[in-house]
Amino acid sequence: MAPLLEVRDLQTHYVTFGGTRVVKAVEGLSFTLREGETLGIVGESGSGKTTVCQSIVGLLPAAACIVGGSIAFEGRDLAQLSQREMRHIRGAQIAMILQDPMASLNPLFSIYRQVAEPAYYHLAVRGRSLRERVRELLNAVRIPSPTMRMREYPHQMSGGMRQRIVGAIALAGGPKLIIADEPTTNLDVTIQAQYLDLLKELQEQTGVAIVFVTHNLGIVARMCDKLAVMYAGKIVEAGSVRELFDTARHPYTQALLGSMPKLGSKEKLLAIPGQPPDLATLPPGCAFHPRCPEALPCCATEEPGETQIAGTWTARCWRAAPGAAATDLPKEAHVAAAVGN
Amino acid sequence: MARFIIRRTLYALVTLLILSLTIFMVIRLTGDPVTLLAEPGAHAEDLDRIRAEWGLDRSWPVQYLTFAKNVFTGDLGKSFNYDMPVSTLYFQRLPNSLELALAATLISFLIGIPAGLISAVKVNSVWDNTGKVIALFGLAVPGFWLGLVMILVFSVWLGWLPTSGQGSWQHLIMPAVALGWYFAASLLRLTRSSMLEVLRSEYIKLARLKGLPGYVVIAVHAFKNALIPVLTLAGVNLVVMINAAVIIEVIFAWPGIGRLLYEGIFQRDFPLVQGVVMEAGIMIVVINLTIDILYAYIDPRIRLTR
Amino acid sequence: MAYVTEQTRAALAAASPGWAGLRRRWLRFAGQLPVVPLAILVPFVLVAVFANAIAPFDPTDPIPGAKIFAPPFWAEGANPTARLGTDFQGRDVLSRLIFGARVSLIVGVMGTVVAGGIGTTLGILAGYLGGWVDQVIMRITDAWLALPALVFAIFLATMVGPSMWNIIVILGAVYWTRYARVIRGEVLSLREREFVKLSEIAGASSARVILRHVLPNVLNSAMVLASLTIGVVIIAEASLSFLGVGVPPPEPAWGSMLADGRSMLMVGDWWLTVFPGLCIMMVVLATQLLGDWLRIRLDPQLRNL
Repeated sequence: MAPLLEVRDLQTHYVTFGGTRVVKAVEGLSFTLREGETLGIVGESGSGKTTVCQSIVGLLPAAACIVGGSIAFEGRDLAQLSQREMRHIRGAQIAMILQDPMASLNPLFSIYRQVAEPAYYHLAVRGRSLRERVRELLNAVRIPSPTMRMREYPHQMSGGMRQRIVGAIALAGGPKLIIADEPTTNLDVTIQAQYLDLLKELQEQTGVAIVFVTHNLGIVARMCDKLAVMYAGKIVEAGSVRELFDTARHPYTQALLGSMPKLGSKEKLLAIPGQPPDLATLPPGCAFHPRCPEALPCCATEEPGETQIAGTWTARCWRAAPGAAATDLPKEAHVAAAVGN
Repeated sequence: MARFIIRRTLYALVTLLILSLTIFMVIRLTGDPVTLLAEPGAHAEDLDRIRAEWGLDRSWPVQYLTFAKNVFTGDLGKSFNYDMPVSTLYFQRLPNSLELALAATLISFLIGIPAGLISAVKVNSVWDNTGKVIALFGLAVPGFWLGLVMILVFSVWLGWLPTSGQGSWQHLIMPAVALGWYFAASLLRLTRSSMLEVLRSEYIKLARLKGLPGYVVIAVHAFKNALIPVLTLAGVNLVVMINAAVIIEVIFAWPGIGRLLYEGIFQRDFPLVQGVVMEAGIMIVVINLTIDILYAYIDPRIRLTR
Repeated sequence: MAYVTEQTRAALAAASPGWAGLRRRWLRFAGQLPVVPLAILVPFVLVAVFANAIAPFDPTDPIPGAKIFAPPFWAEGANPTARLGTDFQGRDVLSRLIFGARVSLIVGVMGTVVAGGIGTTLGILAGYLGGWVDQVIMRITDAWLALPALVFAIFLATMVGPSMWNIIVILGAVYWTRYARVIRGEVLSLREREFVKLSEIAGASSARVILRHVLPNVLNSAMVLASLTIGVVIIAEASLSFLGVGVPPPEPAWGSMLADGRSMLMVGDWWLTVFPGLCIMMVVLATQLLGDWLRIRLDPQLRNL
């Protein structure tokens, strides 16, 4: 069966100051997602996570542009579609949950109207059946007494309820893919946990695939099947959650896992030294080498290719490349990486 | 809600108190009002008689209390020249001023809101730059000069419109444009900036993510939100236009409140000037209070944040 | 304690933009001045300053032997010496425009300075001292704002009596409210900044904190507001003069020239109306452009003012 979403070698660049500065926010990114799967995309802020999401839904800022690669969704390349065609995909096939649930609802429209809109415009549901559908959706996201609540306005809802309503809006058009961009950042911890459980349950019921963008590895462990770690616009390591959490190969993934608090552990948390790089002036070689505790001499000069470690597990690191024990084998490793690709 | 209304009303009362005190002080500090009231070369006993008649022989606090009490009971004094209560004169002229102000508001809406909307949606385009030029000229071209130039062009040279007076729509059009001109520019600026702010918001992002048609996102979701500050400004503008269209009403011989004020200035009718100014202040404070309370009903977030 | 103070001083010197920072910021963009507004304003300023030398005639006396209401030089029946025509007393319109520039610019600049001075002072006091001082100042601001500016100015001008300096003070007293509001808001946020807090901990007096740290940091906003106020003040002066409560005749002011020309508008003597109005428009346009430029340079947050 063909995957639901297949992103191949995606390149999204920002052109600022009249073309004098090009920021390669996403540079050669690939991943696949099957129906019902959950992919976690993890990285520090500025690593290009949000740009990936915006590229998929076709709502990039004016300065940004997809300059290469393809985004195949059910066999159609979204990167080639017009804005008009994309409009029929958004909300109907692909929905997105934004970072800030408190600000995501329009203060002047009733909950009913906001939840109903995707079904109204994409599924042509009208009248009583629309009303019924909204009620069902609100029920599904556990809004108590939905018939009454849907007449109300966002300011009458608590933060957790608003976030659940945003979830209902995402489901309203019957999408096959939901992209959730840090959907729980602004919620407190208990509500966060409830919300994640709810999403998981809804996913089991509807079979929707989810791309979960976050910088919280705890959420990934809880929610996702697969994990892609982004650094400076590229996926530096990807694989199943189990593989990566057990034996991450890329020093950056290892560092991220090391900086994750473990319950009941007295181990000291490891902070990652240094700052994420400025995407406009990337260092030569591997973008991570200035912060990497295990950098080799070749890391500063040559960029590592993608190495297949096992199955779908890949990493971009000289240490993970075959023959990495030798200290200086960039040419050979490159070829190996290319073959592994 | 009740507490909100009470607090707002108290603020409004304090504002009116300070306003009346200011007006009172200005009149007492800038010279002897009696000399304004009396004929030039009046005798000392005449001055004393006028002083007694207007209560000006009493101490300032007593005078102020009398003044405040009168204002509070709606008595704004008597026009020297018309020999009529100022509030009667004011309310006689109010319908005329209202007519002009409504026409000017309509014109400022017709120019300001569509132009501001297009400027914001097509930001940095030719449309936006045209809007910026209109806004700039709206602030730089004095409305009264625009009125004079319009009289020159449309009445004197082309003979299309009457130069002054009141009656038909032809009489109304030039003063309304001259008066609405400045407000059109300010509405344009506000519509543009308010729309830009709304378009950047998360809920507009979500509306786009829902796959709504572009016109629904802009004309329904964004515009409705952007309109709130614009309508507030329009409400305040309307009251200002009613009370402050002095020059436009003078130029076009429009028998409104502004012209009443002008007559007061020229006939040295200081109770009339004082009364009209006070009445304008009261009207604006009351309208502002009403808008505040209406908003609190429409949008309870305001109640919570203020 | 002395140790703490020393350390705090050092931290302050490093953190506070202060006067030196203000100068640096000003110098940085001195090289990229706005061409269009300056190209309009500089000639007007020069004309106003050297009015005595430039004006061909006395602005207040009729040209001896000249016709009244003579049209500009290119029209039929023009007086060749009075380039832009004569008014109802046979005075030279060009000379009156030249001296009118002086009146407009003086009133515009001085009125703005008075308004800015009152507003900035009150705004800083309200924002920095807070409490009842803040309450009193803000309630007065509200009351002032309740009256339409022009009506208030007309009222004051009627009561005080016409003269150029009275008009300056009156317009200053009317237009300070916007400064007070904006500056107060800025000071409220400045008060939470590190360098102000450190300075307070170090035991600096309120006056010292205000002069060293608060004032230089609100001056940018005050400058932006000032550049936007000049045009408003110039139009207000023209309005008062037009109504006869501004700069008294025979002093040449653009507003009173418009009033003089009004009666002859009906017979088509357009030059008496068009020229003064164009002058007002050009000057206000230039100050607005200058203000927009300053606003973008100095204070992007004020963009919506």
